[in-house]
Amino acid sequence: MELVLDAELSKKKKLTQSRLAAKHIGRRNRKNTFFKGLIIAATIISTFPLLLILFYIFKQGVASLNWQFVTSLPKPVGEAGGGVSNALVGSIMILLVSCGIAIPLGIVIGIYLSEEKKSSLSYYCQLAVDVLQGIPSIVIGIIIYEWVVRPMGGFSALSGSVALALMMLPSIIKATEETLKLLPESLKEASLALGVPYYKTIMKVIVPTGLSGIFTGVILSIARVIGETAPLLFTAFGNPFMSTNILKPMSSLPLIIFNYATSPYDDWHQLAWGASMVLILMILILNIITKLVQRKWKVQF
Amino acid sequence: MNGVLSFKAKGINFKEKAFRKSLALSAIFAVIILIAIFFTLLINSLPSIKAIGAKFFYETTWDPVADKFGALPFLVGTLLTSFLALIISTPFSIAVAIFLGEYYKTGPVAEVFKNIIDLLAGIPSVIYGFWGLFVLVPLVRQLEIKFNVPPYGVGIFTSAVILSIMILPYSVSLSRQVISMAPSHLKEAAYSLGATRWEVISKIIIPYTKSGLFAGLLLALGRALGETMAVTMLIGNTHALPTGIFSPGNTMASVIANEFNEATGPVYTSALIEMGLFLFVVATIINIIGKQIIKRFTLD
Repeated sequence: MELVLDAELSKKKKLTQSRLAAKHIGRRNRKNTFFKGLIIAATIISTFPLLLILFYIFKQGVASLNWQFVTSLPKPVGEAGGGVSNALVGSIMILLVSCGIAIPLGIVIGIYLSEEKKSSLSYYCQLAVDVLQGIPSIVIGIIIYEWVVRPMGGFSALSGSVALALMMLPSIIKATEETLKLLPESLKEASLALGVPYYKTIMKVIVPTGLSGIFTGVILSIARVIGETAPLLFTAFGNPFMSTNILKPMSSLPLIIFNYATSPYDDWHQLAWGASMVLILMILILNIITKLVQRKWKVQF
Repeated sequence: MNGVLSFKAKGINFKEKAFRKSLALSAIFAVIILIAIFFTLLINSLPSIKAIGAKFFYETTWDPVADKFGALPFLVGTLLTSFLALIISTPFSIAVAIFLGEYYKTGPVAEVFKNIIDLLAGIPSVIYGFWGLFVLVPLVRQLEIKFNVPPYGVGIFTSAVILSIMILPYSVSLSRQVISMAPSHLKEAAYSLGATRWEVISKIIIPYTKSGLFAGLLLALGRALGETMAVTMLIGNTHALPTGIFSPGNTMASVIANEFNEATGPVYTSALIEMGLFLFVVATIINIIGKQIIKRFTLD
């Protein structure tokens, strides 16, 4: 009699236990789905700012964007119309000069870092590049003011180019280094075994093979500095007129966005929206180019 | 004949050496640039260091006309905006990193979100500031009316919100890499014991990657400290010590941006450069620590 009762009891106990376990598993599963939902929701919310910014800029910018906008100079307050041709030309010129400075130097340093992996110089160089990348852009502005603007006796587009070149340098170096490190040793060894001198091996075999990776790095670095304003405040300075003399102050898109956005006039705000849209479109196009290059000519072995 | 050959060989040898030398020289050049940056900042801030000394960091009045240069309000402004931005953005950046590093590592969904986050990093600071001025400021003003604080619209809080959006991509890109590097044998072991996905994430992945996640946040903080344009446009630019998160203020970077061109007198300019030196040193320390943590993590 007692035995039966015991068996019954333990049966009940097991049942409650398994019920409890089921409940427990249910709770864990619910927790699992809850947090998955939470993470997906937070991720989707994180994309809102970008969509809002793009939407707002396109909505405001489309109104002022037309042929005249990119071909004429800004008009004074009170007159409708006007464009940002000086800033557009200025931005492109400043960038071209900074590319001329940063691309050769960046690629050469990148080659060194990919070739000498263990020397102490390459350790310090790598450290320097990392630190350079983290320097606040406003500090770059101060530095170039002291290095270029003060000795030259005034603001100039050239000093702005040097500032932007300094900002482009780390990403070009990194892109070159990382691309070339992906190339197999055998490629270099094959070339050297054929009696090709080292410098020719690098310039004619290694660099051309990794060219698409270097190219993407360069384009991305341009996309990154095209909107930089802080380093230009004390260097290129800005100019309300058309100027193509790189030794004189020059306007650029980010500079006029800053100046017009913080002005109290609606006409100028409208110009700033248009300029923002031009800038964003340039950045989008540069990003799309890199994606296409990456897809088409991927460096792979 | 023999002579010509050896001459040729010599030519190649010379080119070879010149090539190697110029590679090394360019690498030295990069190091020199960095050292020169540090010394340029240091030398140019000497007049202010001599004239003001430690008062620079605890005086609260910044009045160039009266030759008073206390940078405490700007130091507080910089720290407040940056840490507030970090607090706002961290839950989102960790969530996005888990989303892209664990739930959707590959596939079209991952591609879309990766591109969006990349683009977020690509938008220029000045456009963030412009957008903030016309969209965020009115919203914050309404919020301030609700909270019964003076409705400036601009201020520490507004800047921190914009900063939190701007630094998100930086911490995401690092944290995502770190999370996707969590070893699969640990994850599989947990799954085989019946763990749910969330349990694997919270009990295996996050504890395993916490140093890497921390480095990601640290580097994002470094970004926030030096961010200039958006903050300059949104913080209100007052020289008083901020009294709360809704009050207007100034950060070191925004003071430099606003006043460097107009600064007259050696001490004034030099005081601004001293702030630049401070930003440089802090950013450098944060960067080196962050990179060191990442290096140790990837070596493990």
